[in-house]
Amino acid sequence: MLDHSSYSFVLVGVGGQGTLLASNILTEVGLAAGFDAKKSEVHGMAQRGGSVLSHVRWDRERVHSPLVGAGEADVLLAFEKMEALRFAELVRRGGTAVVNDMAVVPVTVSSGKGVYPDDAHLPRVFAALGARLLVVPGERLAIEAGTVKAANVVLLGAISKLLPLPEELWWQCLSQRIPPRFMEINQKAFALGRAAAGG
Amino acid sequence: MKRILSGNEAIARGAWEAGVHVAAAYPGTPSTEILEELSRFPKVYCEWSTNEKVALDVAAGAAYAGRRALATMKHVGLNVAADSFFYASFTGAEAGLVVVSADDPAMHSSQNEQDNRRFAAFARVPCLDPSDSQECKDFTILAFELSEKFDAPVLLRTTTRINHSATPVELGERSEVAPRLEKFPRNPEKYVMVPAHARKRHPLAERRTLDLAAWAETAPINRIEWRDRRVGIITAGVAYQYAREVFPTASVLKLGMVFPTPPQLIRSFAAGVERLIVMEELDPVLEEQVRLLGLACEGKSIFPICGELDPTLVRRVGAAAGLPVDRPPVEIAAVEKPELPARPPVLCAGCPHRGVFQLLSKKRVPVTGDIGCYTLGLLPPLSAIHTCGCMGAGIGVAHGAAKAGIGERMVAVIGDSTFYHTGLPALANVAYNKSNVLTIILDNRTTAMTGHQPNPGTGVTLQQQPSDVIELEPLVRALGIKHAITVDGYDVEALERAYTELMAHDEPAVLVARRPCILLPEIRKQWVPLHVLEEKCTGCGVCFRIGCPAILRSTEMSPSTQKPMALIDPTLCTGCEVCSQVCPFDAIPTRDQLRLAEEESHEGCSVPAPERS
Repeated sequence: MLDHSSYSFVLVGVGGQGTLLASNILTEVGLAAGFDAKKSEVHGMAQRGGSVLSHVRWDRERVHSPLVGAGEADVLLAFEKMEALRFAELVRRGGTAVVNDMAVVPVTVSSGKGVYPDDAHLPRVFAALGARLLVVPGERLAIEAGTVKAANVVLLGAISKLLPLPEELWWQCLSQRIPPRFMEINQKAFALGRAAAGG
Repeated sequence: MKRILSGNEAIARGAWEAGVHVAAAYPGTPSTEILEELSRFPKVYCEWSTNEKVALDVAAGAAYAGRRALATMKHVGLNVAADSFFYASFTGAEAGLVVVSADDPAMHSSQNEQDNRRFAAFARVPCLDPSDSQECKDFTILAFELSEKFDAPVLLRTTTRINHSATPVELGERSEVAPRLEKFPRNPEKYVMVPAHARKRHPLAERRTLDLAAWAETAPINRIEWRDRRVGIITAGVAYQYAREVFPTASVLKLGMVFPTPPQLIRSFAAGVERLIVMEELDPVLEEQVRLLGLACEGKSIFPICGELDPTLVRRVGAAAGLPVDRPPVEIAAVEKPELPARPPVLCAGCPHRGVFQLLSKKRVPVTGDIGCYTLGLLPPLSAIHTCGCMGAGIGVAHGAAKAGIGERMVAVIGDSTFYHTGLPALANVAYNKSNVLTIILDNRTTAMTGHQPNPGTGVTLQQQPSDVIELEPLVRALGIKHAITVDGYDVEALERAYTELMAHDEPAVLVARRPCILLPEIRKQWVPLHVLEEKCTGCGVCFRIGCPAILRSTEMSPSTQKPMALIDPTLCTGCEVCSQVCPFDAIPTRDQLRLAEEESHEGCSVPAPERS
């Protein structure tokens, strides 16, 4: 478990995967836990199937820059496997890469201009960077919880397990963002994510 | 109470707390969410104006009428609104007038990179440059106060990293500001900018700038943070955060107001430090101000002029320049990675523009494009856009090429919202000055790129009031264009027929390709995925050439040709049927054919439709 006075997170994925909601919740959790917290992301063309990148930082004293530099992320949360490889260098030595076991094949691959990388690269690349790799079957667990749309909550559940914060804090922030009628499914998704990160 | 707000949400909150009455904008990344957020508050009239110039005029009119008013836009929007920005500087107003320009260093979603602090100096308009969401809110409120105190519009200039970062903000209540006037002002010397009046207003604007500079000397938003005096950094905006992060021991002069700057404050800071650094994103705007005071400093000799700054970059160039960095740059282990296919933005599966672009791609005509999702028609395999400059440019560019006597027939493509924005005067020009340009209006019934804002084609306004649609074909005909046809953007055959008919005339012509954006909530409900009949697919590859992200190359080979067959991803396919129509072997059944097959299957003959996961 990580226990620091400051944390840096990077969330990567593909437009439409729910990374923005996840980064909002992560920022709010930091603030609720008494940290200063900042988030930065870029919208725009990314909404049309491009890579998306969100930075979240917490600090007991003060966060100045909202951006996380290369080799500085305590946690790299990848919603998509190839994006995990693309942004792998952002995770710090000793940090953790939480990678959703999900491939979104880009049009460059379907049109024959590139090859989707083999899964075997993931453990090799993160080992070389000195980071721990945790692969989470987000979609499969989300379907188990009741809807594939809750994959982002599964992943939040997984990273919650890596951080020394009470589970209620996550609930408090999730409940502000998720409509009550979807709460039960999301609670289940969150619990499955936590379990996937080590019981 | 503290809440995490994006810079845009904080600006909206600030405007609301400042008692704003009227707000107008045209959507543009990274500014769009300001008006979306503000429109949800009570007691504020908000609209999507047809373009940024109109938005600024609307705000100016409201401020002339004594009500606090706001106009917001992306950086290039201020180019469109520049004419209005300059007159508003001379006239001032009766109540606070605030203009937000959201600059986009690094061009995350823009056609160019420009530093709109220059516009403030150019038009003699005071400019505030916030460093986080709290300042976004506070500076918006201050901007209204300054505007009234100095009788000037105020430019609140932000950058993408401020608009789209979220940081804690202390919320306040709305102060109701009573309208300052009962009746519209009749004050021609102030508001009628004929030369005789404008000549009197210009010296006032210059005087006002000096008064603002004097105010800036003691304004709390400009502050010196004394630390180690060996290095002193003058900075503003998001660069202030990077300076604090990377040079924690250095003294800092943080400027909340970047035009006009306070000469005495800068001089006393410079006198108090051994090495004077100016750290700013994009242009050397502050650096030039410092040099004009006769002070030696370093700025763009250290920090790049192009693109965004970030702490990693600042640490690297700062360390190289001998500045006191917080720590050495992180060493990243060299790790071998496979070549990763790019993930460029693409026209969505089911995008109603695909039919037009596959036609234009097939016809190999020169196409002048415009700003919107459809600019993506430039990408292979469609490769069907050959110019794109700015909003509304495509039609004029096509007309110019036609009048220059180029030996090819020019085609201009423009989206519905962009057409209402600045395409309309360009098409009037084509109609009146008569060129044979074919203008294709890609009417997807929304402003898609920026997230589905309503426009005059949608029949509803920003604040959900019903309105009358400005129909495109009658509008075009009213300009005197005789050849105009509206067709369904999904109907490949009808598109080609209309194209051929319109090209037969050596006169201005307009094709309206109409079909709502596939991502509109009510349209999403109608998605039905198609699939490929393996027994019919020959792997000919025609469907790969429409550039649909839902069409994949299968690992299975066609038994007849040994080429990879097509495979449709049922989670992406919307059932637009463009692929069904281009397939020469009828290997992709349409929705109707699927329905028929389904009915027949109940009678014993089965063509299973894939389930959506």
